[in-house]
Amino acid sequence: MAYSEKVMEHYTNPRNVGTLNKDSKSVGTGLVGAPECGDVMRLQIEVDENNVIVDAKFKTFGCGSAIASSSLATEWLKGKTVDEAMTIDNMDIVEELALPPVKIHCSVLAEDAIKSAINDYRVKNGLEPIELAKSHH
Amino acid sequence: MELPIYLDNNATTPLDPRVLEAMLPYFTNKFGNAASRNHAFGWVAEEAVDYSREQVAKLIGCTEKEIIFTSGATEADNLGIKGVFEMYQDKGNHIITVTTEHKAVLDTCKHLEKLGAKVTYLKVKEDGLVDLQELEAAMTEQTILVTIMYGNNEIGVVQPVKEISAIAHKFGALFMTDATQAVGKIPVDVNADGIDLMAFSAHKMYGPKGVGALYVRRKNPRVKVTAQMDGGGHERGMRSGTLNVPGIVGLGKACELCRLEMDEEAKRLSGLRDKLESSLSQMEESYVNGNVEHRLPHVANISFKYVEGEGLMMAMKDLAVSSGSACTSASLEPSYVLKSLGLSDDLAHSSIRFGLGRFTTEEEIDYAIENTKKAVNHLRDLSPLWEMFKEGIDLSKIEWAEH
Repeated sequence: MAYSEKVMEHYTNPRNVGTLNKDSKSVGTGLVGAPECGDVMRLQIEVDENNVIVDAKFKTFGCGSAIASSSLATEWLKGKTVDEAMTIDNMDIVEELALPPVKIHCSVLAEDAIKSAINDYRVKNGLEPIELAKSHH
Repeated sequence: MELPIYLDNNATTPLDPRVLEAMLPYFTNKFGNAASRNHAFGWVAEEAVDYSREQVAKLIGCTEKEIIFTSGATEADNLGIKGVFEMYQDKGNHIITVTTEHKAVLDTCKHLEKLGAKVTYLKVKEDGLVDLQELEAAMTEQTILVTIMYGNNEIGVVQPVKEISAIAHKFGALFMTDATQAVGKIPVDVNADGIDLMAFSAHKMYGPKGVGALYVRRKNPRVKVTAQMDGGGHERGMRSGTLNVPGIVGLGKACELCRLEMDEEAKRLSGLRDKLESSLSQMEESYVNGNVEHRLPHVANISFKYVEGEGLMMAMKDLAVSSGSACTSASLEPSYVLKSLGLSDDLAHSSIRFGLGRFTTEEEIDYAIENTKKAVNHLRDLSPLWEMFKEGIDLSKIEWAEH
């Protein structure tokens, strides 16, 4: 199966690879997936006092589409408010990267990682975790 | 050196130019039907097929009459297994095979289960080899066929075929082997090995695709298989259908070249394979899969822990290899062969198979080593699991949200 140009581009030049201090109160960390399934994503956001995501980093164990999905997610997150970030839908990622049906689970995982990072941030700051509408798995 | 480098010779091999040359006349002016007995066009084709039969027979130590040409190893597997089941059903209905077989064998057995066969799927040991005691314990009076592959397509381990056939014969069963990966690569002798039926194909040994053969023993014992395709009664009634003369000529030539060059080629390829394998297994957290003593000379299967196989192959973009990772296929399950060895799913996802071949050069292997190391390091820099491993976190203690 050939990859789309956009997947190749993100895969070759992944944005925002790295690690934020997970113990910092302004950082939310989402770790989703499982090694047995062949995908694990860790996505982190750093949020300022105005509820704006000022930094985002990822590391992903997985196929090219999983790496590209998480790279794209970090790109989209930066500059968004936490509330705006909650609205990112996995199908937006599918569309942007032209993922084939067999790779849709990569985008689902990226959406889960975003929400899980936001919830980690919320809990750290004394807020209720947002109930996630659906489990995709 | 041309890029990309082909290191997937267990999937298929390039056609040897000498094989192509032998085949070409049979596409054009020597186009006759080998079954046309009444004119020169037919005679020329028949002569070519007979000569090819000799070349094939010589490679595996049998007589010409024991070779049934087919469209490939999958058809030969089907014909051998289904044909024996049908022919010997008065004697019993039990078949023994192993879990690491090719799908052409496993799915054929599953099909026969629906028709009343009892099939035992033996597990293999951690190194991929059959446990002979388990095999013996599984034999019953109803066992008509033991079908176990010669060399494995994913990890290259070579089964103790002589010992397996001795056990099968002790209980009065036939022994069949799918030797697609072994014939032409290592010495295979149907008499020394006690083989009653054997499937193999041309395109794994530098011949063309679409042609293979089933060896069917004619003496001690005389083995019969029921035809699975009805028609003109070609191939002694066992496989109807106009013979693929150019393909058969190619298979014959490929067998002849393998017979003449196998010893030297195996030595050269195992040298290159060892070089590749020892360099890559020096990397931290990399593991060689399968028995390293009893195996084909040209295969290395290595797991690079904490990186995922498909992602890794994308980074090795100048190398054509394959992975046991799920993502390479439509299913999300990683390789059943690697899982049969007891490999955890994450190691199975992290595996890469390197298949060397006749046209692989040392320069290509040197390039492959550097390219793979770079790709593994790059992917590990991206891997949260690698980072956690480096921090000393026990990944097995984490509660993963399996999806």
